[in-house]
Amino acid sequence: MLGIDPTKIAFFAEVLVSGLLSGVLYALVALGFVLIFKASGVFNFAQGAMVLVAGLALVRAFGWLEASMPFWLALPLAIIFAGAVMTGIAWAVERFVLRKLVNQTALTLFMATIGISFVLEGLGQQIFGAQVYKLDLGLPRDNLFALESLFDGGILLNKLDLWSAVLAAVLVAALVIFFQKTRMGRALRAVADDHSAAQSVGIPLTRVWFVVWTVAGLVAIAAASIWGSKVGVQFSLVFVSLKALPVIILGGLTSIPGAIVGGLLIGAGEKLAEVYLGPSVGGGIEQWFAYVVALVVLLVRPQGLFGDRIIERI
Amino acid sequence: MTVMSAPMTFAVPSLCSPHAVSSGTPTDHAGAAACCLLEIDRVSLRFGGIKALNDVSFDIRSGEIRAIIGPNGAGKTSMLNCINGFYRPSSGHIVFEGVRRTHTRPSIAARGGIARTFQNVALFKGMTVLDNIMTGRALKIRSGILKQLIRFGPALSEEIEHRRKVEEIIEFLEIQAIRKTPVGKLPYGLQKRVELGRALAMEPRLLLLDEPMAGMNLEEKEDMSRFIVEVNRTYRTTITLIEHDIGVVMNLSDRIVVLDHGCKIADGTPAEIKSNQQVIEAYLGVGG
Ligand SMILES: Nc1ncnc2c1ncn2[C@@H]1O[C@H](COP(=O)(O)OP(=O)(O)OP(=O)(O)O)[C@@H](O)[C@H]1O
Ligand SMILES: [Mg+2]
Repeated sequence: MLGIDPTKIAFFAEVLVSGLLSGVLYALVALGFVLIFKASGVFNFAQGAMVLVAGLALVRAFGWLEASMPFWLALPLAIIFAGAVMTGIAWAVERFVLRKLVNQTALTLFMATIGISFVLEGLGQQIFGAQVYKLDLGLPRDNLFALESLFDGGILLNKLDLWSAVLAAVLVAALVIFFQKTRMGRALRAVADDHSAAQSVGIPLTRVWFVVWTVAGLVAIAAASIWGSKVGVQFSLVFVSLKALPVIILGGLTSIPGAIVGGLLIGAGEKLAEVYLGPSVGGGIEQWFAYVVALVVLLVRPQGLFGDRIIERI
Repeated sequence: MTVMSAPMTFAVPSLCSPHAVSSGTPTDHAGAAACCLLEIDRVSLRFGGIKALNDVSFDIRSGEIRAIIGPNGAGKTSMLNCINGFYRPSSGHIVFEGVRRTHTRPSIAARGGIARTFQNVALFKGMTVLDNIMTGRALKIRSGILKQLIRFGPALSEEIEHRRKVEEIIEFLEIQAIRKTPVGKLPYGLQKRVELGRALAMEPRLLLLDEPMAGMNLEEKEDMSRFIVEVNRTYRTTITLIEHDIGVVMNLSDRIVVLDHGCKIADGTPAEIKSNQQVIEAYLGVGG
């Protein structure tokens, strides 16, 4: 086979797969951004704060419930509690912020989401505490070896990463079905395309916004449970959203498939770059690779891979 | 014709001529209530210093085609926006089917049976023709989200029923060939037709059309005129039509209201409007 050492292929596959799996996590956070941007034209700076609050609500409720009931009951109840918290946030955001700012410029709305993010970070830590909380949702954490028949010794995978990928895939599938097959999904797509037209057929904007922020909140719970399982629930989850920025720039702000593909590309790209280019440039590529990609995309194709061309009206 | 021949029209723009003729529409409110689907009662609308609408009153009778005409910036679109709740009048009332309101909301208007199209085509660009028209059924879908997902029993037959209705509209508008085409790819004339289709899917009682023929060639205008008349005849839908092509307006409409600088300057049958001195002046740019 062209004289390439099979262990090198196996190593490449290992790096690629682990990159793709961490890309899934980026995609999950990026998805929240895209949902809100599509439906309300708001670039939601508070997405990271929502991940933090979701994680805090989940971990604290879970810890408290687990003390008095079996695991299998505590977990769903904790998820329901976190869901209720995120729904409450969506309601408050729509009622007290978005509704007041109808027809304001994108910049005004963006500034408002910065405000929302400070409020969420502050309130979230005030209510749920500001320490690092360990989150154990019972997902397996050990490693396994896959494709042993193909490669000698197989490739090393982490089970937690695999489960994350499964969870993300289920979530995305559910979202796609919701968008394509239900009345609310159709309404969301309509609002994303044209506010006035959507209103004229009787779609109430405010309810749609509430639903979108709720869905973004639920996506934040998924992101928080996976990130939280890996690194613990802590303030730094807020910065996870910074990794989602290059992902949506690459994938396109308005595209759900773009968020997924962008996440996978960035995840795989930064791992491969780190391993194969790292040694020759002194390492640390993983830290800035995504941002360089985003910069190049902005210069070459500002709408991203899948996004709609955004024409600024003057 | 001298400017002095119409002394009232030159008053400051914020004041309307008391001569605003309303032939054929007696201001007999008790009698009007029974016949009228919609009544505009002294509606004004201000944007900062601009009076987009100034004390405008007229009515729309069930089953008629009612045109609103006037020069650019006269306030025609603003009037439609007040009727379907995009704008909130600064004063005055709008009575729809006997319900008197100072303002409404788009979702309430839509629920009440008011559908509209837009001066600049406003379609859902990412969706196909079929899906666009299907959104017109948004308010009519009854079954819950779970039932819609599994498409079981009543939800399935409901979906089929909506599909049937939408297909009927597609056939009526002669756009079968482009059912699955994303609307962004269609030429302008066809987009306007799809927009009409979406409004028709709402099975409206009152259909508001804002310049449905703008930018169309002669053949397309003839098609659109035919659709408008047929909708009015077959479904008995009341239609309010804004249009700049005077020929089309005179042909289609039962009655015409003329706006200029936010004021109503005339109201009557096409024949009456054609011979109205103030209308002629407004269109020639005299006295305004
Ligand atoms: N949202 C708005 N904000 C500020 N001014 C507005 C707004 N909408 C309309 N106007 C003003 O109100 C006046 C009437 O506008 P409108 O669009 O109703 O006119 P129109 O009769 O539809 O004109 P056209 O034939 O050009 O469509 C204009 O002076 C316009 O600038
Ligand atoms: Mg107009």
